[in-house]
Amino acid sequence: MAHAAAAHTEHGHDDHAHDHHEPGFWRKWVFSTDHKMIGIQYIVTGLAFLFFGFGLMMVMRWSIAHGSDVLPGFWGNLLHGIFGDAVFDKAVDPSTKAMVGYSLSTQGYNVFGAMHGTIMVFFGIVPIAFAGFGNFVMPLQIGAVDMAFPRLNMASFWSFFISCVIMVWSFFVEGSAAKSGWTNYPPLAGIADQSHHAVLNGGTLWLLGMVFNITSSLLGAVNFITTFVQLRAPGMTWGRLPFFCWAQFITAYLLLLAFPPLESAAIMNLFDRVFGSSFFMPTGLVVNGAVGPDGQPLLFSGGGSPVLWQHLFWFLAHPEVYVLILPGIGMVTEIIACNSRKPIWGYKAMVGGLFTLAFLSFIVWAHHMYMTDMGPKVAAFFQTTTILISVPSVILLTALLLSLWGGSLRFNTPMLFAAAFLPMFGIGGLTGIPLAFNAVDLYMHDTYYIIAHFHYVVAPGTIFAIFAGVYHWYPKACGRMMNETLGKLHFWGSLVAINCLFMPMFMQGMAGVHRRWWDGGKSAYEATVGPWLDWNLKISYAAWALGAVQLIFVFNFCWSMIRGKKVTSDNPWQATTLEWDTPTPPPHGNFIKPITVYRGPYEYSVPGEDKDYTPQSEPPRDSKPLEAKAHA
Amino acid sequence: MEIPYTVRPRPDTGLANPKLGIWLFIASEVMLFGGLFAGYIFMRLGAEPWMWPHGWLNVPVGTFNTFVLIFSSVTVILSWEALKMRNFKAYKWWLFLTWVCGLLFLIIKLSYEWPNKFNHFGAYIKKEAAEKYEEYLGNEGEDGRLARGQAPRLFISGHPKAWSDVKDPSMDKIVLAAIDDENHTPKSAENDRAHFIPRDMVHLHEGHEVVLDKKDLVNGFGPFYPRLNTYLACYFMITGLHGLHVLGGVIVFIFFWGPGSKLYKTNPEQLCNRIEVAGLFWHLVDLIWIFVFPIFYLL
Amino acid sequence: MPNQKNAEMTLAALSDYFDLNKLMGMLPNHSEHGKEIDHMLNFCHWFMLALFVGWGSFFLVSVFRFRKSRHPKADYHGVRTHLSTHLEVGVVIIEAVILLGFALPLWGKRVNEIPDNEKDGALKIRAIGYQFGWNFHYAGPDGKFGRQHIRFITGSNVLGLDPTDPDGADDVVATGTMHLVNHKATVTRVSSKDVIHGFALHQMRIQQDAIPGTEAPQWFRPVSTGEWQIICAQLCGAGHSGMAAKYIVEEQKDFDVWYKEQLEATQRYLQKQKGEIEKQAEADKAELAKKAAEHGSEHGSGHGEKKEH
Repeated sequence: MAHAAAAHTEHGHDDHAHDHHEPGFWRKWVFSTDHKMIGIQYIVTGLAFLFFGFGLMMVMRWSIAHGSDVLPGFWGNLLHGIFGDAVFDKAVDPSTKAMVGYSLSTQGYNVFGAMHGTIMVFFGIVPIAFAGFGNFVMPLQIGAVDMAFPRLNMASFWSFFISCVIMVWSFFVEGSAAKSGWTNYPPLAGIADQSHHAVLNGGTLWLLGMVFNITSSLLGAVNFITTFVQLRAPGMTWGRLPFFCWAQFITAYLLLLAFPPLESAAIMNLFDRVFGSSFFMPTGLVVNGAVGPDGQPLLFSGGGSPVLWQHLFWFLAHPEVYVLILPGIGMVTEIIACNSRKPIWGYKAMVGGLFTLAFLSFIVWAHHMYMTDMGPKVAAFFQTTTILISVPSVILLTALLLSLWGGSLRFNTPMLFAAAFLPMFGIGGLTGIPLAFNAVDLYMHDTYYIIAHFHYVVAPGTIFAIFAGVYHWYPKACGRMMNETLGKLHFWGSLVAINCLFMPMFMQGMAGVHRRWWDGGKSAYEATVGPWLDWNLKISYAAWALGAVQLIFVFNFCWSMIRGKKVTSDNPWQATTLEWDTPTPPPHGNFIKPITVYRGPYEYSVPGEDKDYTPQSEPPRDSKPLEAKAHA
Repeated sequence: MEIPYTVRPRPDTGLANPKLGIWLFIASEVMLFGGLFAGYIFMRLGAEPWMWPHGWLNVPVGTFNTFVLIFSSVTVILSWEALKMRNFKAYKWWLFLTWVCGLLFLIIKLSYEWPNKFNHFGAYIKKEAAEKYEEYLGNEGEDGRLARGQAPRLFISGHPKAWSDVKDPSMDKIVLAAIDDENHTPKSAENDRAHFIPRDMVHLHEGHEVVLDKKDLVNGFGPFYPRLNTYLACYFMITGLHGLHVLGGVIVFIFFWGPGSKLYKTNPEQLCNRIEVAGLFWHLVDLIWIFVFPIFYLL
Repeated sequence: MPNQKNAEMTLAALSDYFDLNKLMGMLPNHSEHGKEIDHMLNFCHWFMLALFVGWGSFFLVSVFRFRKSRHPKADYHGVRTHLSTHLEVGVVIIEAVILLGFALPLWGKRVNEIPDNEKDGALKIRAIGYQFGWNFHYAGPDGKFGRQHIRFITGSNVLGLDPTDPDGADDVVATGTMHLVNHKATVTRVSSKDVIHGFALHQMRIQQDAIPGTEAPQWFRPVSTGEWQIICAQLCGAGHSGMAAKYIVEEQKDFDVWYKEQLEATQRYLQKQKGEIEKQAEADKAELAKKAAEHGSEHGSGHGEKKEH
């Protein structure tokens, strides 16, 4: 690239340079600096992790429904073969002493639970929705040739990849992966795995993996914001930016400022774990009678504060919620605008809502910590900010709903997912209202109500948006459409299964079922939640069904790459935004000729136009002669 | 394909890409160190008065290091200025000074300040056992620390006779061959306040065998490691991370001083931008140290 | 503000009729303040339901009415009314009412009005979590908790009560089951010995994280007798899902009987430990004296050396 740049300073801009410098295999597919390839790398890695994380959950659902009953033979052997004794207990028939099979151990459940959360959030959704789609779509939509710092972009992907390797590796060290919840609360997180290898143990590798993951996100965020601000095509003013780009910009800003405190917390936690310091270890800890959990004395001098971790963690993790959802809303906005053939309602209000949301998300974090002995003033502050943050969220959702009115709705697969996003995200958002209140949290805290609430936001919320995005931009990336019939099957199956999965959890939560119970409460809490125990199995069936439905997607995704219907036009959806002005698939450097933007992002069904979409790059009619002159 | 605005600023935003990028990066660094300083504040407010030490670091050496960094911040500006004036020779010279200063800072940190802590022994005495070691603590009596309205001293430091005793779990006693001034004359008013130069640098009192029973000691006793108390944990963490930033800066400057300076021949303006961007980072590193120095050395 | 009070009561009566919480399977409430929480939650649920039905019907109508086959030409402008703005304002107002009218006063009552002095006659209990169970330390009639330190911890003295502290002479330490008195204000000070646990009494509408190194007070007043479970609400390790404890609300006389039994048991091992400590102290003293006599001269020379410096 340096060579190319040097050559170009001599004879100015040459937009066909990419034709002459076709990169080799490694540069093109692996160590690529092309934002589209990096985006695809992120999406593919992220999807793999999404399914891996979901798989962990399917195993957990077995133990929630069946307790210590052994897994079905094939699955038991397979899973034990992969994850080993640290996670799976061997069950022996007490009379015959014969091996019966394997079941998930209590500690194994904690391992899977912690890793399910970590993987879904940090290795699944953020890499796909933010890094993946952001990388692939955002530069195209603003009319840029690439990201502002292509090599930094590659570095950020490979930093992410290292974190992936560390996280997967952590399953195979002694004692298996992290087991203290995805929130990794010390002191539990500090004393876990202390008897294993000093560094190569689940807890420490989790922290190391997070440090690399965070570094990757930070580099990515710097790159995204710079690209967004600097590389907009001529005429792409702030008011003409597609909403998706705004969402990515705000997300990047959240990552940039919210992630570093978690990085510092992770470093402190690493110090606690590796060097025995006491950042999160209070004075006077007595574990199993002054002796560590594994028969070793606790070496901490004390004087630390477990709540410090929670503050630093949630200072990230609340903005992180918006990091998860905003790219999703962005994608849904694009797809709804395109498939309703009309402009988005209240574009300015939505962008304003984004900014408000971003600002407020930094001052609501302690609503995750209502139960940590909070004084009335602090509680009043965080309850108020939490209620305030619901206002921009309602604006976003209402604007999207109103956008449907008067449209000519085209229900292809992406639109189905995008449309379903609205009520699903609505449920997730609405059930957040009672949780904003400290007093209600006295009852709801850490119950399945919470689980259902945030899963409605991220699963049928963001993940549906991700599916919508995959179906929508697949033809641009691959030059082939994904199969519509399979897509619709995937959608309806997912919609039904996911609601059967999460809706009963609200009731369970109301009935007092708490999270992180290895056997769903069967052994210890039957007296309290007895009537709702049956539901565990029903919910598990829904989860497994949801898993099965996703196989359709995986098949469709792979099969369409080879056999999908070839696109006949560069703009198969007849959309207005710039990414459809590129060749399919877009070459390195993206646009064939320099691109200029003349209008807003959603000029669909403009009265008086001959077609129902007017691309952003199409010159206004009265200037056409001028344009023609320029070409001549 | 060429990325626009890598060198010249974009007219409507007034920024070139690298400059915006480094400012964003600096913002995230501020948040990172903000988190670490928040940790420091939490630790300090939560610490028992006798757990949070004062005067453990060598202030003159720290001050010298502060000036080394500030000086390097000046030289990096001078090198940038020289480049702007297209004075390549002066640029090389000032940049050379910059990275040498960075390196000097690291050398002082790693060869003197840190090791000086690692080969010193310290132990907190459990409150209930303090009476046994009163001779070295000086809390009781009319002229004791408590009578004079001071926080109790529950810390004994010095050099052990055999380091192996400290680590060996089968040994239940540690014998100190030398103790620090504070423990030698614990009631002396001179030892009430933090010292400008830590006393162990001046004289370590040898020939006093102090026998410490491990069961009387708070966990974490041993060399001045992060586990000894939260002050040291904060100190090593923050100065360590800051040191990594200094190291990063030094590597970048060595590159621009050496092979990277070839860019001067083809595109001096770009080199100038790069030095400016690296310089901004370097100022941040300097600025962080301006915070680190008082909170660990002085306060 | 009689009007507001009336309105609140009407609201309360209404919400009893339309109890969404019950419909969703909420556990019955048996505490004084729990009613208010339930009313508020129910109000929230109705509010959410109304919004969802509103949005949902709009969504469904849009989806059917404006599908391509029925509405082939889209309207560039779409919705032209400002109804949504009014709706938005309405949402904000209702949320503000919930926040200012219910949530803030409720929480204020929970943390500001803790009956912590003796004349309130509150039952004072420290609930200490450990892996995997709960210990309960009752302050007893004097309302003062006995001093407690790690070094006193033994197999029976699990909380490390100082046997020599007179404040602890009427204290009781129970494990696994917490007894409460019906209609008596109860303060639970929640903490933990090892990792973070969660102390959830759902029938009392009370919950608190048990964080080692801190002690968080909470208070409530049971209004009916019964036996329920204490749920650990924070992941605390491999045995988390089995960490159930019990709490029993009973009348004063039953409680007194139980307390007397427990007091005897607790004080028995405390007295025993006290004896041991005194014996040990005497032995230590004797040894020190012996040492001083033996090493008298050596000690003296040590001091001499010190003076030379």
